[in-house]
Amino acid sequence: MEKRVKFKGLWLPILLVFPQFLITAIFFFYPAGQAIWQSLFIPDPFGLSMQWVGLGNFEFLLADRYYRASFFTTAVFSILVTVVSMGVALYLAVLADRLVKGSGTYRTLLIWPYAVAPAVAGVLWLFMFNTRVGVVTWYLGLLGYDWNHVLNEGEAMGLVVVASAWGRISYNFLFFLAGLQAIPRSVIEAAAIDGAHFWTRFRTIVFPLLSPTTFFLLVVNIIYSFFETFGVIHTITSGGPQQATTILVYKVYADGFVGQDLGSSAAQSVILLAIVSLLTVIQFKYIERRVHY
Amino acid sequence: MKRTISILAASATLGTAQAAMAQTEVEFWHAFTGRLGELVAEQVDTFNGAQSDYKVVASHKGNYSETLNAGIAAFRAGEQPDILMVFEVGTATMMAAKGAVKPVYEVMAAAGADFDQSKYIGSVKGYYTSPDGNMLSLPFNSSTPVLWVNRDKLSEAGIDPDIDLSTWEKVGAVLDELKAAGVDCPLTTAWQSWIHLENFSAYHNTPFATKENGFAGTDTELAFNGPAQVAHIGAMGDWARDGKFIYAGRRNEGGANFRAGECAFFTESSAGYAGISSEAEFDFEVRPLPYWEAVVSEPQNTIIGGASLWVMEGQGDEEYKGVAAFLNFLSSPEIQAKWHQDTGYLPITAEAGELTKSQGFYEANPGTDVAVMQMTANEPTANSKGLRLGSFDQIRGIIDEELEAVWSGDKDAQAALDSAVERGNVLLRRFEQASR
Repeated sequence: MEKRVKFKGLWLPILLVFPQFLITAIFFFYPAGQAIWQSLFIPDPFGLSMQWVGLGNFEFLLADRYYRASFFTTAVFSILVTVVSMGVALYLAVLADRLVKGSGTYRTLLIWPYAVAPAVAGVLWLFMFNTRVGVVTWYLGLLGYDWNHVLNEGEAMGLVVVASAWGRISYNFLFFLAGLQAIPRSVIEAAAIDGAHFWTRFRTIVFPLLSPTTFFLLVVNIIYSFFETFGVIHTITSGGPQQATTILVYKVYADGFVGQDLGSSAAQSVILLAIVSLLTVIQFKYIERRVHY
Repeated sequence: MKRTISILAASATLGTAQAAMAQTEVEFWHAFTGRLGELVAEQVDTFNGAQSDYKVVASHKGNYSETLNAGIAAFRAGEQPDILMVFEVGTATMMAAKGAVKPVYEVMAAAGADFDQSKYIGSVKGYYTSPDGNMLSLPFNSSTPVLWVNRDKLSEAGIDPDIDLSTWEKVGAVLDELKAAGVDCPLTTAWQSWIHLENFSAYHNTPFATKENGFAGTDTELAFNGPAQVAHIGAMGDWARDGKFIYAGRRNEGGANFRAGECAFFTESSAGYAGISSEAEFDFEVRPLPYWEAVVSEPQNTIIGGASLWVMEGQGDEEYKGVAAFLNFLSSPEIQAKWHQDTGYLPITAEAGELTKSQGFYEANPGTDVAVMQMTANEPTANSKGLRLGSFDQIRGIIDEELEAVWSGDKDAQAALDSAVERGNVLLRRFEQASR
């Protein structure tokens, strides 16, 4: 039962694909190619000279145990951000879906944080958790808890995860809510008549039917936590204390734009690109099988 | 009638446009905002108003790192400014970029400008001179760390606020008393690497790195894991564990605590003056940075932090003449003295310091001369001229990480400094390779 439209000839399909191809070439292939090329050199910052080092930059990086540790930090960070932002968003979406009155207001309020740029979100959370003047820190102090993310590695990680996940909850909420509303009422009503309780209905009907949305969000959120959380890390911890929150993308920035070490920075982007490609392939090959469209 | 007027107006506009064309524009990229940005704009306006041959156009390009990156990107695109402000840790990067920068002494000589390098204060210009003593860039804003004291906090704890705080031994004893009196924050700091390792080493005449702290070549290695530095960081670590030293962050986060009156002592740049004097609602005082009597009998000099102005390659002769005129204008005693008094930054020439003294500024604002005296007390040695290390911004990041391990009690001072030296040396070797 294939429903594919076939174009006749060769030129029309090429013409139709061309704009997308052009955009991909300019904004993806060209920079990615540049990064791969640059990763084979050690250039000076001003571009006055370049030395061919082959895979020397990669050897240098992989021999550095702090760089290797950063893979682990990134994995912990990404998993936490994805789980927290998707879990909370799904919970809120299920609640909002059941609302009869005032759902518009709740929805608007829940979507709001998405408009806040990551760097600004970072500053907001930092202000609340500031070790000396933060409101939350002060209340925690009253409870007898001494919050100090400036020196405590676990607290620093917790804070950047919450700050990164916060804005993301809105985005995920939006998709989950749309997904929930697309589930035919008749199916749920039929289950209810058969005596299935809310939790059973959710587990056996809603969640499986929601799986395309969940899968899409999983891919998008992992990519987000790999690349776009840089602003939050930069404003809250700058990768510290020690190296507790130095995720891969932050190190790309630090080595390239603070250290002016463009060769190492390019090699790191190539590694990052490879990891994300690999993750996406795995997701599509293995997890997508469980998705019901 | 109307028509004649518009023609007149048009020709008048043309006339001024031509006059403007005859003026050579000098582009100046800097990293200052707020009050400092206004003061830079004022300097530029004064220069532009005082003569008609050149017009300096100043643009703000973000913070120090961003300004350096903007300059590098612009150079790669062939659109570099005439003058670029670069912070002191970027000095080695700029020096290594032969073909991208034009040394200031050459700019001055080519323009036939009057340029007496001996007028500049040794410990300020030393950071930016070549091994044969020529100035490569012009120091712009320079400060040095001092000890800020909250006198009210001492009095409340029953300590005489005039107590001798010249050595860390004495400060340590006062910290004990403050803690015993229930003070939550006896000591905090800003810029831990700059103050407690870089300046500490110079002040105690101990090398921070080999090869004259990098001045004698890029094959330098870090050396700040010596006994003096280990003892100091070890003592700070003990104070941190006992709650006598409160670590607030890698930059100047501690400033908020001190200005709010929570902390008794604060090691911070002399340029903290503007912020502290406007916000502090307590009696504060500037003291010289303490030293360890056990290490030296007399402290050497401290070194600077801040930025200097680099002239970029690839501009016309006329523009370089304009650059020379502007740099000379900035170095003039009146402009320097005003800058020094407005900002708390050090004067770059001895004349400007003298002028400030004769204007009675130091008498009216006690403590503002501490930084100047501390910098100029002794002729700088190979250990106290400054630092010239590649990738230094990143090495500071490594030092921050390792010091945090000491403050949190994860590592002892020796292990942390050894590790910082080892990791920093890897970056120095890469820099050496890149600038070969």
